[in-house]
Amino acid sequence: MKKVISGNQSVSHAVLAAKAQVIAAYPITPQSSIVEMLAGFCADGKLQAKFINVESEHSAMAACISASVTGARTFTATSSQGLALMHELLHYASGLRLPIVMANVNRALGSPFNLKADLSDSLSQRDTGWLQFYCESGQEVFDTIIQAYWISEQVLLPAMVNLEGFILSHTYEIVDVPEQREIDHFLPPSLPRDCLDVENPCLFGGTTDFYINFRYKMHEEMQRAKVVCQECDAHFQRAFGRSYGLIQPHRCEDADLILVTAGTLAGTCCVAADQYRERGVKVGVLRVRLFRPFPGEEICCALRNARKVAVIDRDFSPGCGGIFAQEIKSVLQGKDPLPVYEFIAGLGGKDVTDEDIGRVIDQTYQTPEPGGVTWIGLLK
Amino acid sequence: MDRAAQVKFPIPEEELLYSGHTACPGCGAALALKYVLKGLGPRTIIVIPPSCAGTISAPFPFSSLKIPVLRIPFETTAISASGIRAALDAMGKTDIHVLGWAGDGGTYDIGLQALSAAAERNDNILYVCYDNEAYMNTGIQRSSATPEGTWTTTTPSPYVKDTPKKDIVRIMAAHKIPYIATASIGYPPDLIKKVEKAKQKAGTKFILIFSPCPTGWRYSSELTIKIARLATETGIFPLYEVEDGEKYHLGKKRPEKPLKEYFSLQGRFRTMKEEDFRRVEQKVRKEQEYLARMAR
Amino acid sequence: MKKRYSVKSLEEMPITAISFLTTEGNETGEWRSQRPVLDLEKCNRCGLCWMYCPDNAIRSEESSFQISYKYCKGCGICASECPKGAILIVKEKR
Repeated sequence: MKKVISGNQSVSHAVLAAKAQVIAAYPITPQSSIVEMLAGFCADGKLQAKFINVESEHSAMAACISASVTGARTFTATSSQGLALMHELLHYASGLRLPIVMANVNRALGSPFNLKADLSDSLSQRDTGWLQFYCESGQEVFDTIIQAYWISEQVLLPAMVNLEGFILSHTYEIVDVPEQREIDHFLPPSLPRDCLDVENPCLFGGTTDFYINFRYKMHEEMQRAKVVCQECDAHFQRAFGRSYGLIQPHRCEDADLILVTAGTLAGTCCVAADQYRERGVKVGVLRVRLFRPFPGEEICCALRNARKVAVIDRDFSPGCGGIFAQEIKSVLQGKDPLPVYEFIAGLGGKDVTDEDIGRVIDQTYQTPEPGGVTWIGLLK
Repeated sequence: MDRAAQVKFPIPEEELLYSGHTACPGCGAALALKYVLKGLGPRTIIVIPPSCAGTISAPFPFSSLKIPVLRIPFETTAISASGIRAALDAMGKTDIHVLGWAGDGGTYDIGLQALSAAAERNDNILYVCYDNEAYMNTGIQRSSATPEGTWTTTTPSPYVKDTPKKDIVRIMAAHKIPYIATASIGYPPDLIKKVEKAKQKAGTKFILIFSPCPTGWRYSSELTIKIARLATETGIFPLYEVEDGEKYHLGKKRPEKPLKEYFSLQGRFRTMKEEDFRRVEQKVRKEQEYLARMAR
Repeated sequence: MKKRYSVKSLEEMPITAISFLTTEGNETGEWRSQRPVLDLEKCNRCGLCWMYCPDNAIRSEESSFQISYKYCKGCGICASECPKGAILIVKEKR
């Protein structure tokens, strides 16, 4: 059924459809409406879940962890400061190999204080062992939450679904919410796994010098996760007629300049690229949807025919540069030299227009060699 | 002696703590765990933060407990227990006890926020704090449960701890939870009775267990039980229960022994002087008066 | 506890630290520098030593209690608490 809902509401509807059993969440702008809607679903019995009103995000993730080890399907949502507060627990969740799904509404990390879209919050957590998806539309947000449960419960690694604060969380779109029985058919109840069971007691999370072996097993599963994501997408296509891929190319086949970005910036890039195409300039756009595990092979393949690449990061790693740029440069390492031009834009929710992207395209064409990071939208 | 005499078991027989665990000889925490598990039985799930109990629970691939255990991050004892309860309820398994098991560090200090939140929500968990009055597992550092005048590695003599022990029972009572009790390994049948009482109630239950530590308190290991009893017999650790934050039931033991009997056995109190003893005496008297008023 | 895991190979390991063996193989009796000796003549089977042992090293056997020297750490609590003086602490022979 088609509904006109916001990105946040898409999250809540997906969690309802996925029949999460334990939800623990703490409010933070711009995530709060996710949690409010879920509290409403639980209160009126639409969602048969236990809702824990925790006193901090740290406790929210702790509750999801212990509930998940008990065997329940769990969910939480957060943003920037809350995500950062959960940091040690993100490691804990992946280390315990738990299929927790979390929605993160991308928001800048203070200080200074800023409530708006910025991907640095989730990207700062890239080493925590969570799968990470970056969405571009409300429909994709809904679909990716459902997919996240499917994938997460197969690979036993937690999954973070990211949507940009305000730009995606608070804007309304037509979202097709499938019938519950279709969702149930695609996403059955959790597969059995080792859990806290009085009939078969064991101890989870003990001290160990076998640590490196567990990390290796996680590494193996992260590699496999890419394939599982693709399998899931294929099943999803058959079930619901929609799929997204690990990356989304737009006119990349014959492009000689490809813009690479994530989230809603991709939409703006596509508008700009199409404008340039009208003038005969062969620009393409590559949206990276899956960030962890990083789809290096797929990205290299999509970029193979280009002469130049411009990465636009709505994030920043101080002392280094844009995070997507670093990851892309490292997978292109050793291959035929493909110059990567680095741009940082839109931090703290600063609006990025098609004109800004036009300037990125122009600068990339005009500059013979990439050199350092160009920042878009600064004061003079 | 009548050789045909039957063996007696003053407390339930079933052991849920295996031998071979690595607690120090004479460990009060191990005794506290042994007794509480006997009180709850095998249909129990326990969460343990980093603590002596965490070490006692044994490294992978071993466990010293006969029940399911989840080792959790330090701050999260109460919320981890609440999360398990939520999952069990959601899965329809309502006859299983959920036990949050933390030391004084994990309760009075780093775990206090989550504990207060669970108590405010009245989550259906039993939270037990085994109190050995310092961060013993990491090498005897002070916590807010360390009494005034105590040597620890972070309050070395002569700069021993100069602030009083935090009153965790008053804090929990302010949350008006259904059941709070102080208990001691010096009185195992009383402790177990309190556990059995707690497990019948719904909501948040808090039990504080006095757990002497030979290593950190600096005494010879055979004195663990004697010191536990002396704490109650001198009024340092009174035994009582609080229902709904308001109804106080005092245990029968009244202070009858001089304070020095308790303090003189422990090296950690070596620097205490006459004026310190007078101060403690006053405190003990005030506390007794307070409890008597509350119990009326 | 689950027995289908082992630490012999990567393949047989669980995916995270899930402990599936008990500590009963750990003979903490090795720690001792002194040992309790129980005089059954004096013992009234009251069970206090059994109750107060932190290591469950005192077990009941039919009509008496027995100290398991495999696990006893020699802490001395049992001797200290025995109301009949039936337990003596002696130096370990090693």
